[in-house]
Amino acid sequence: MTNAASPASAHSQSAKRPTLWSAGKAFQAKWLVTLPPTLFLLAFFLAPALIVVGASFREPGEFGGLAPLENLAGLSLEAYRFLLGDVIYLEIFARSFLVAAATTLICIVLAYPLAWLIAKSPAKRRDLLVLLVILPFASNFLVRIYAWIMILGPANLLYTPVAVIVGMVYVHLPFMILPLYTNLEKHDPALLEAAQDLGASAWTRFWRITIPLSLPGLFSGAVLVFIPVLGMFAVPELLGGTGDLLIGNLIKEQFLDNRDWPLGAALSIILTLLVLALAGLAAWAARRGFAGTEAVS
Amino acid sequence: MALLELKNLTRRFGALEAVKDVSLSIEAGEFFTLLGPSGCGKTTILRMIAGFDAPDEGEILLDGVSLAGVPPERRPLHTVFQSYALFPHMTVAGNVAFPLEMMKRPREEIRRRVAEALELVHLSDKAASFPHELSGGQKQRVALARGLVNKPRLLLLDEPLGALDAKLRVEMQSELIALQREVGITFVFVTHSQQEALALSHRIAVMRDGRIEQCDEPDKLYTQPANRFVADFIGKINLIDVEVIAASKLRLNLKAPGLGEIEAVDARPLRPGERGVLALRPELIRVHGHKESADLKNRFAGRIKGLLYLGDVTHYQIELADGRVIAALLPNAAPGRAKFHEVGDPVWICWRHDAGVFLRD
Ligand SMILES: Nc1ncnc2c1ncn2[C@@H]1O[C@H](COP(=O)(O)OP(=O)(O)OP(=O)(O)O)[C@@H](O)[C@H]1O
Ligand SMILES: [Mg+2]
Repeated sequence: MTNAASPASAHSQSAKRPTLWSAGKAFQAKWLVTLPPTLFLLAFFLAPALIVVGASFREPGEFGGLAPLENLAGLSLEAYRFLLGDVIYLEIFARSFLVAAATTLICIVLAYPLAWLIAKSPAKRRDLLVLLVILPFASNFLVRIYAWIMILGPANLLYTPVAVIVGMVYVHLPFMILPLYTNLEKHDPALLEAAQDLGASAWTRFWRITIPLSLPGLFSGAVLVFIPVLGMFAVPELLGGTGDLLIGNLIKEQFLDNRDWPLGAALSIILTLLVLALAGLAAWAARRGFAGTEAVS
Repeated sequence: MALLELKNLTRRFGALEAVKDVSLSIEAGEFFTLLGPSGCGKTTILRMIAGFDAPDEGEILLDGVSLAGVPPERRPLHTVFQSYALFPHMTVAGNVAFPLEMMKRPREEIRRRVAEALELVHLSDKAASFPHELSGGQKQRVALARGLVNKPRLLLLDEPLGALDAKLRVEMQSELIALQREVGITFVFVTHSQQEALALSHRIAVMRDGRIEQCDEPDKLYTQPANRFVADFIGKINLIDVEVIAASKLRLNLKAPGLGEIEAVDARPLRPGERGVLALRPELIRVHGHKESADLKNRFAGRIKGLLYLGDVTHYQIELADGRVIAALLPNAAPGRAKFHEVGDPVWICWRHDAGVFLRD
């Protein structure tokens, strides 16, 4: 460094160094901005979640709701014991995860070509196509499901597992297309040219470049489809038969029909824990599998 | 037979002719450079050689065989892209292994050749890193290793040093020369930096608006530019508008309006009255504080208008009697002296009769 340059750069460094005062200001500003959403989440997300946890250890009330709690000895594991004691609940959980997995897979297969097509079309047409993808949201969810009743009825598919899957895929497909499209649209076309230049055929380019780079988008889409499907009760109720009930229906039944809140709460807790475990596992696998791809997408 | 031949290539984009009737032949082992200002069609030519674009007219021959209809993945040549285009989800070793995997080489051979290629570009210790963990110069070297690892007949490089800072650029230039010599693969290099082209190439094609203006060795381009554009584009040069007064095999007498008579030489048969420009390199102009007795005919009085002291050399701007400004370059070779003249000093400039090059309009 030359003599002439050093005083100037020393000066600029001292100007950048945060003083106690400016650090305090930054701290305050951070809190001011994040406080309202934090309060909102505490009040309307964490508190209800804790109430559900509490409810799962209580006794059901005579006319629904919860029995009054006199002391801590009134807490019980009855709801959990009941659930673990009956194999039917295990079956419903297994079926729900199966339906969620199948829906996710079908969504991936259907959404990938569509997302790819949108990402590859000229910029002007892209917005229109994205609009078409989200257009169904403009009409009421139940109306759209009833439309499927009219379609599936004449095809003799109504009230079958197939109808449930069809409905689930229909409802959740946009949630797979959008993150995939967002990801594919950002791919650098130079990478595909480079691969081709180095000897890769069209298929090889797809498998070795496009697919690996789209894994983060696939992952987001899978999460956005898989988890809501687990909790969805309207589709199986309207399109499925009696044997097609899923966890969502079970939970809904406990709260609205059987008036057994503790059982419903316990089911919700188990479902939440399973989903969290699965999401954690997936995130861990993703972190190992996506190495490098986050840098671009 | 030349390794690569371009025959009357033309490429149009709508009304725009991006490449016009370009013919070139590139020998095996050559470091060949396409040089020209932005938008002159350099990338378009490279893309046609690589197969990403097809010429509207003309053909491209590799070893005498036309490449028409051969897709990029089947052409035995690779491209180093300006953006490097490294695969972000693969390690450095994975990137370099990619072309070998495409050739379905055995795993053991791939491992060995990747190691060799990384050694060649001094990146053996980065084999397991991902591209986003590398510096610009390191990415550049990975791209080179990837392009060279399966020994293509030809490596196309599209402004590969464009994204590097000045110091790294010079370093990479030396590395490129050494690398090309070591692997013996033919390089077709694209740049808009004349300094880079002069430093690296065996031969340079200077382009302008889709056409090749001159194709020659660097020193020929520098000392014998074919026209005004090339003279101006390559290095610094003084261009003096002149008219031929008399021409013989030994002497060319020119007249510069406002300046006077100038002596030069030219082997071509020139006729009196022809107009053109005398191109004169700044380093061939001598600057003196007094009228020296040496018998140089090309001698004019002037005054130092400005100077740029660069340590090893000083650039002078000398204003002549008619107001025109001539650039001169003097090495600061005398011990203990920083520079020879100050702004405002009256000086004499002169040059040998064979220093200037007459370019017909
Ligand atoms: N696909 C295309 N469609 C239309 N015009 C194009 C296309 N590709 C290139 N051109 C035009 O052709 C001309 C030459 O472009 P090219 O990219 O070959 O220039 P270049 O010499 O590589 O310039 P630079 O140094 O800026 O990279 C430019 O005017 C450019 O706008
Ligand atoms: Mg270019």
